[in-house]
Amino acid sequence: MAALTREETEALIQEVLEIYPEQARKDRAKHLAVNDQSLEKSNKCITSNRKSQPGTMTIRGCAYAGSKGVVWGPIKDMIHISHGPVGCGQYSRAGRRNYYVGTTGINTFGTMNFTSDFQEKDIVFGGDKKLAKIMNEIEGLFPLNKGISIQSECPIGLIGDDIEAVAKKANKEIGKPVVPVRCEGFRGVSQSLGHHIANDAIRDWVLENRDGDDSFPTTPYDVAVIGDYNIGGDAWASRTLLEEMGLRVVAQWSGDGTIAEMEKTPKVKLNLIHCYRSMNYIARHMEEKYKIPWIEYNFFGPTKIAESLRKIAALFDETIQAGAEKVIAKYQAEYDAVIAKYKPRLTGKRVMLYVGGLRPRHVIGAYEDLGMEVVGTGYEFGHNDDYDRTIKEMGNATLIYDDVTGYEFEEFVKRVQPDLIGSGIKEKYIFQKMGIPFRQMHSWDYSGPYHGYDGFAIFARDMDMTLNNPCWKQVKVPWKTEESPKVAIAASA
Amino acid sequence: MPSVMLKKNTEGKLVFYVPKKDLEEVAESVEFDSPEKWGGEVLLSDGSKYYFEPIDGQPDFPVTLRAKRLDSGE
Ligand code: SF4
Repeated sequence: MAALTREETEALIQEVLEIYPEQARKDRAKHLAVNDQSLEKSNKCITSNRKSQPGTMTIRGCAYAGSKGVVWGPIKDMIHISHGPVGCGQYSRAGRRNYYVGTTGINTFGTMNFTSDFQEKDIVFGGDKKLAKIMNEIEGLFPLNKGISIQSECPIGLIGDDIEAVAKKANKEIGKPVVPVRCEGFRGVSQSLGHHIANDAIRDWVLENRDGDDSFPTTPYDVAVIGDYNIGGDAWASRTLLEEMGLRVVAQWSGDGTIAEMEKTPKVKLNLIHCYRSMNYIARHMEEKYKIPWIEYNFFGPTKIAESLRKIAALFDETIQAGAEKVIAKYQAEYDAVIAKYKPRLTGKRVMLYVGGLRPRHVIGAYEDLGMEVVGTGYEFGHNDDYDRTIKEMGNATLIYDDVTGYEFEEFVKRVQPDLIGSGIKEKYIFQKMGIPFRQMHSWDYSGPYHGYDGFAIFARDMDMTLNNPCWKQVKVPWKTEESPKVAIAASA
Repeated sequence: MPSVMLKKNTEGKLVFYVPKKDLEEVAESVEFDSPEKWGGEVLLSDGSKYYFEPIDGQPDFPVTLRAKRLDSGE
């Protein structure tokens, strides 16, 4: 299908909005836009980070999900207590695929669920005593843990427990960091505030731990990777490139990360930010307090990788700059072969995305390296500064949708007819049943890594495997077998 | 009176960041910007104006300072 013109896209948005009652229509209209590359600032065309409309189906998570699930959860040698009723932690357990090395239950705890399992009496009489007891139990059962974080679920804030006091006391008793995090699910409009709260907790309870301690030998090439959660091994595929160019990666935040790495981060020379949305706060803080500069980079697809490697290298001396060139040259044959193999199979295919923190803009380059085009994108919980960074990456007249509702997304897809959709598990089966190839772009659909040159090869293979899968020819309903599946859907719309 | 995080970008221009509002803007002009005195009215590229109490000498960027919004009654 030919690309929509600006007018057609605008008309499509109007058409989709039609169905809402007036108030909701007014609100949702602000969150849908046609991309205009000439704009410098996104607030001219789109509103974001606002409360979702009741009654529409949002795909957002809560602040607890942002803190426990995203930022703290992957720190592997700490135990993260989901403080409150059992469900919040149990239903999200091990779902994010943050890979790590270690023996689970002995010295790492990533995929386990620790909870204070609140009962009625804890709500009525308070849960502080129980929390204190849990700390001692943890120490007894898992002595190799390097610290504990307390991830508050909704009730904690409602009943007014003093988890900070419990944390301070436990910290003295066990002699390890104990971090209270006030990330109750009701705070903010999405998981995004949870990221911020989690960053602030790291700032207040972890980052200063080694101030004034110079025993850690530093080098001029020390960097920290910030905002890479090692989904399917992403951080590993990134780290190798940085190390090959001559840098020393001191810390990984927080995929496969440890508390010791976080404590050492204030000693690095440069912070490298992959997921800007979830960790820019701590980078800005370190810049102000420790004078550590930070830059954003993008390790999806060879074009962006080379761009990023050079950008990072430019902040160091010639050895690193030469190192970057060496890395790019070293992998060239590899990624050229990937492109030669898959581009002919994927070229001209159109993709719609709807994901979280950084991917709605970061993966665009990787698709373009394969000759594909991203025709619609949006963030679950992005802010203005995310959309500022998206406008230039997206083609003109493409669709941009913020906190898209289930209904809107379906209608857009019916009209735009993309060849591939990249979003999450909640969207996957709806679109597959509509006969449209789908990839989960949160968990990489149980695949990955997608970062780095190694990841690009897997990314290309996965996209091809999904898009050109013969099964899509089989999803035609019998009474429409004469028509192509696409026409069938358009007709039923 | 928002708290504003200020830093210099690679071109030496002042970058203005208000965490609460996700506002990230480059400053077009700063009223007093000399080694002896810094502050006053700051005009951002989006047209909004803020006021910083002038101080002697340059602040040690990056730094968080309190500013007054001038052009709107928020
Ligand atoms: S909103 Fe509250 S109850 Fe629901 S998952 Fe988040 S923390 Fe738990």
